[in-house]
Amino acid sequence: MRHKSAVSEPGAILELREVTKQFPTHRAVNRISLRVARGEFFSLLGPSGCGKTTTLRLVAGFEDPTSGEILLNGASIRHLKPYQRNVSTVFQNYALFPHLTVRENVEFGLRRRGENECARRVAEVLELVELAGKEARRPSEISGGERQRVALARSLVLAPDVLLLDEPLAALDPNLRKQVRAELKQIQRSVGITFLFVTHDQEEALAMSDRLAVMHAGELEQAGTPEDVYLRPRTRFVASFLGALNWIGEVGVRPEATRIARSEMEAGERARRATVTRSTFLGNCFHIEAQLENGQTVVAEVSRLAGPFATEESVLVWWRDEDELRFP
Amino acid sequence: MRRLRWWFLAPSRTVMLLLFLAPLAIILAYSFESRGAYGGISLPWNIESYLRFGDPLYLAILWRSVWIAAVSTLGCLLLGFPLALYISRAGTRKNLFLSLVILPFWTSFLIRTYAWMFLLRDTGLVNTLLEKFGLIHNPLPLLYNDGAVVLGLVYSYLPFMVLPIYAALERLDVSLLEAAADLGARPWAALRHVTIPLCAPGIWAGAILVFIPCLGAYLTPDLLGGGKSVMVGNLIQNQFTTSRDWPFGSAISLALMAIVMLMLWASAKRSGENLL
Repeated sequence: MRHKSAVSEPGAILELREVTKQFPTHRAVNRISLRVARGEFFSLLGPSGCGKTTTLRLVAGFEDPTSGEILLNGASIRHLKPYQRNVSTVFQNYALFPHLTVRENVEFGLRRRGENECARRVAEVLELVELAGKEARRPSEISGGERQRVALARSLVLAPDVLLLDEPLAALDPNLRKQVRAELKQIQRSVGITFLFVTHDQEEALAMSDRLAVMHAGELEQAGTPEDVYLRPRTRFVASFLGALNWIGEVGVRPEATRIARSEMEAGERARRATVTRSTFLGNCFHIEAQLENGQTVVAEVSRLAGPFATEESVLVWWRDEDELRFP
Repeated sequence: MRRLRWWFLAPSRTVMLLLFLAPLAIILAYSFESRGAYGGISLPWNIESYLRFGDPLYLAILWRSVWIAAVSTLGCLLLGFPLALYISRAGTRKNLFLSLVILPFWTSFLIRTYAWMFLLRDTGLVNTLLEKFGLIHNPLPLLYNDGAVVLGLVYSYLPFMVLPIYAALERLDVSLLEAAADLGARPWAALRHVTIPLCAPGIWAGAILVFIPCLGAYLTPDLLGGGKSVMVGNLIQNQFTTSRDWPFGSAISLALMAIVMLMLWASAKRSGENLL
């Protein structure tokens, strides 16, 4: 069902069909197919080296696919140069032109299209990203967060069919990142442009995406909504990459679905005897580590109200049937 | 620490003092003296030598030197920029091409200039071949003119243009060129609006490194220009040899130096950096 939703979305603005990119030493992208719907916030999520950035660069046109087809609005863009594709990239390091001011950076694309009456649109987009008043500064004279917004404005002003974002938050400090995350999502909603967002941060992908695709070793492991992928991962890799996972025998259980009981009355059918090895108070919850009788360690996030557990305390680790994750 | 620094700088300081500043002071002194009867100098002190700059003959030579140096610099730029661009994108063969650029330095400058004479003279390789193929019947006047001087200067100083531009291109962040293409800039537009402005310091450095030695060139105009194409360098040489007018030669040397320093100052000011 998930797979179906990934390939038969009506009104796909961007489609990759069996795209492969072979570099001299390795295959970065291996037969990837995906469809991104118009107006969607779509994330490519995976660890570094999984091929997500290469996939983005294939769409932008910086790399040529070894095989496969890339369609924008239903038409192949495979043989178009980057400057002929109506997509735009926000680079990880922003790649702002250091010799141009904020305004000139934002105008750059419009001028290349021969549009000279661009003052109003530049002003609008700078307003949108809250950079009004900084037009005359150079990239070296503004903060990292502002640079990121200039990069965003520079692309948004061109109203691309798809905006490609290559880990745009990675260079920001963690406090700023969460704030920018919300702003970015807000901007995406208000302009209605399709975002293809590359990240290795699962929390970021879950929080921002309408749908996401998890990549691993050049292959697309699973695509779907955040809930879909988090709650019903199809592979072990997807399950463990999107959040922590306890392995109890052959099944996986998320820490927040792992429960701890003192008596068999409290526990469900699926329970294992265990000994608490560590209990950490995190304010809103307890982080309990317990060792099963077979030696495996499990982690449970237990509500503060479920009370503290002492180390060495003998408990039952249990979980609900529906919280079990099974893989072929 | 300060003491250590003093000792570390001592050798170069001594060399500069003895071999650069002291001779410069001598030249400065000479330029205000009178010419000796058999060369050399004699008293009294005067400013005669400087007044002679007003002579249209010398002004013409000076102007001609600036002009030839400027054309040669432009020639180096037109050949050197594309070459540097090509090398910077040559991937694994970069180092090979760079060593080819500096390969001519392995042979003496004098020999390389003589080699051009053998190529360009009436019975040289170029004219012989052209005649052999029946393209011309009388040898082309390739040698002993301004064109030959410019050719020789461009050939000699091309590496000084290529290397700084290459270094600037190497420093250029590739993602900026990708961003330019991404924003719709065709290759020429990206070159004009991104590559060239960002390589401007390298281009200026190359232009200065070529222009200054071209302005003071003496061997190349002497050999390839024959007697006809006199540049400032030749004029200075003449004053110390055949003309036996050391004060005037000294004065021209200082004037040339002043012009060069003025240009360096202007270009440093223009680029807004402490180039020197």
